Amino acid sequence: MKKLDTQLERAERLMPARRGLFRLGAAGALAAGFGRMARAEDALPSQDWGSGIGSAVADVTYGMPAKDESDMQRRLVPWLTGDQTSSISFTPLQYQTGVITPSGVFFERYHNGMVQANKRDTRLMIHGLVDRPLVFTFEDIMRMPSETHVHFLECAANGGMEWRAAQLNSLQYTHGMVACAEWVGVKLSTLLEQTGIKKEGKWLLAEGSDGSHLTRSIPIEKALDDCMVVYGQNGEMLRHEQGYPIRLLVPGWQGNMNVKWLRRLKIGDKPWFSHEETSKYTELRKDGKAYGFTWPIYAKSVITFPCPEMPVKGPGTYEVRGFAWSGLGKIKQVDVSFDGGVSYTRARLDGPVMPKCFTRFTCEWRWDGKPVLMQSRAIDETGFVQPTIAELRAERGANGVYNNNSIQTWDVKADGSVNNVQLA
Amino acid sequence: MSSSRKFLALVAAGLFSTAVAHAAEPLLGLGKPATPAQIAAWNIDARPDGVGLPEGKGSVSEGDDAFQESCAMCHGTFGEGGKYPRLAGEGKLTGDRPEQTVGSFWPYSVTLFDFINRAMPYPAPHSLPPEKVYAITAYILNQNNLVGDDFVADKNSLPKVKMPNEGGFIWKDPRPDTHDTACMQNCRPISGVKVSSTAEGSRVTPRTTGPLDTDIPQ
Repeated sequence: MKKLDTQLERAERLMPARRGLFRLGAAGALAAGFGRMARAEDALPSQDWGSGIGSAVADVTYGMPAKDESDMQRRLVPWLTGDQTSSISFTPLQYQTGVITPSGVFFERYHNGMVQANKRDTRLMIHGLVDRPLVFTFEDIMRMPSETHVHFLECAANGGMEWRAAQLNSLQYTHGMVACAEWVGVKLSTLLEQTGIKKEGKWLLAEGSDGSHLTRSIPIEKALDDCMVVYGQNGEMLRHEQGYPIRLLVPGWQGNMNVKWLRRLKIGDKPWFSHEETSKYTELRKDGKAYGFTWPIYAKSVITFPCPEMPVKGPGTYEVRGFAWSGLGKIKQVDVSFDGGVSYTRARLDGPVMPKCFTRFTCEWRWDGKPVLMQSRAIDETGFVQPTIAELRAERGANGVYNNNSIQTWDVKADGSVNNVQLA
Repeated sequence: MSSSRKFLALVAAGLFSTAVAHAAEPLLGLGKPATPAQIAAWNIDARPDGVGLPEGKGSVSEGDDAFQESCAMCHGTFGEGGKYPRLAGEGKLTGDRPEQTVGSFWPYSVTLFDFINRAMPYPAPHSLPPEKVYAITAYILNQNNLVGDDFVADKNSLPKVKMPNEGGFIWKDPRPDTHDTACMQNCRPISGVKVSSTAEGSRVTPRTTGPLDTDIPQ
């Protein structure tokens, strides 16, 4: 690291004065022929990094982002929780260029701090209504048939601070409790084949080994459908933040169910109604009743450019960009509105469209410099259309905290600044 | 394709299908039988009907002592909360500031035992013997006026404590509870587009560049 810093410092010393000082008209550039002294406005930057030797291979043995990208960080809302070991940090979606969230900035949610479990002492016990209760070591799990899947993972409380009104002027804080990764591991169906399931076995309890010993009940149909015990994320082993060395993956369902530092799976005939599915992760309606077991993440999308952190720099051509996702399957369509939902334009779906996965969308935008109320609206393969916040509030009230999948409105002002607003 | 190559291809296909059949054998021979002692060590979950609750018992008054020792520093002497969750109180579940306490909101009494047992006290989770967990459970239920001062919690008495809000939950996902269509033009009158709230100038938004708020000396 030291060597690299020295190189960077040297490069900075050699940098010419600010490029902006040399601006002139474009016509001048054409007039200036090859080999003649270029007019200052069109002088290309000197790119002093090319006037010497760069640093050697393996100077940095685990590479880090460029220095200019240092704002790409997980961030937290200090007033949100009483303690930062039972809290959440937010993915910097405004800087995420593709559907894969780099592991180092994948949002964190801990219920009793991040523990550093190891492979050697990790065990996975599967018992309850099974034919053969078994204990697996990490090595056992690594030897099993494995699969790769790309899935988003979203905390059910994402957008929870926005139920009453637009509150946080930031994409990262309004939407950053979600991220998307490539996961590698063993299908739960493979593991449960080893133990067998008795015919009364209808539910699965998943439990973590950290201090919270967090538990969630999962219907056996979902467990056998696409749930996995994963150890790989984005080409390397899980990070400690994500439950190293094994976590449960429950594709498309509330993040809380994707139990980290997994140690036990129990088959039962009824749900357990644990703390995490009664006191928390239930939705209080305006009439005082509460919804429970609202597991899947419904279709949702958000524009990541422009956004409060990424304002617009004057009229001209831009590409509106964002992500859409649904816990019920593939994204079918994303529409972008520039007039607060009066009319919509079909966005282009970019790259592979995979189920229960971020889908990137883009839309060309020629901005005339007038204020714009910008929105994106996702539609998934079930035909479900992402609702407005006004509709959600009318239906459920504003006390629910969880499952806010509403359309986000960005208020782009004439000066190019962008603010989080809600429409009546 | 020549006939000899066809033959080789068939042989290869035959070998391949044999390999597939072998892989489809459900038992991989991995993992070891879980012994009763191993299961007993980790099998800590307890269900609303009491299945899974351990032996032992604890009274409200024992719970008062244990609560003051292990819980009150975060949850207050009477479970009134503060920086950390409020546990007691017959709060309303409607209005702008609903109060979701154990007494007002939690549907099942056994969940309280299960959660304290697995996750509390926060700095030393799963460190209390069942007697203390039963006692603290009894104390919190008492602070919520759900059991009398003479209540003793054990595996038989606790599941019988019915919570006032048990019927307050709908355990069937109601969604989709919004029914939009993918309208493309004239979806709403232009005059109907009104900003109802803005986060512009929001003073509760932490910094979005540079150091984190928590890294800046106050």
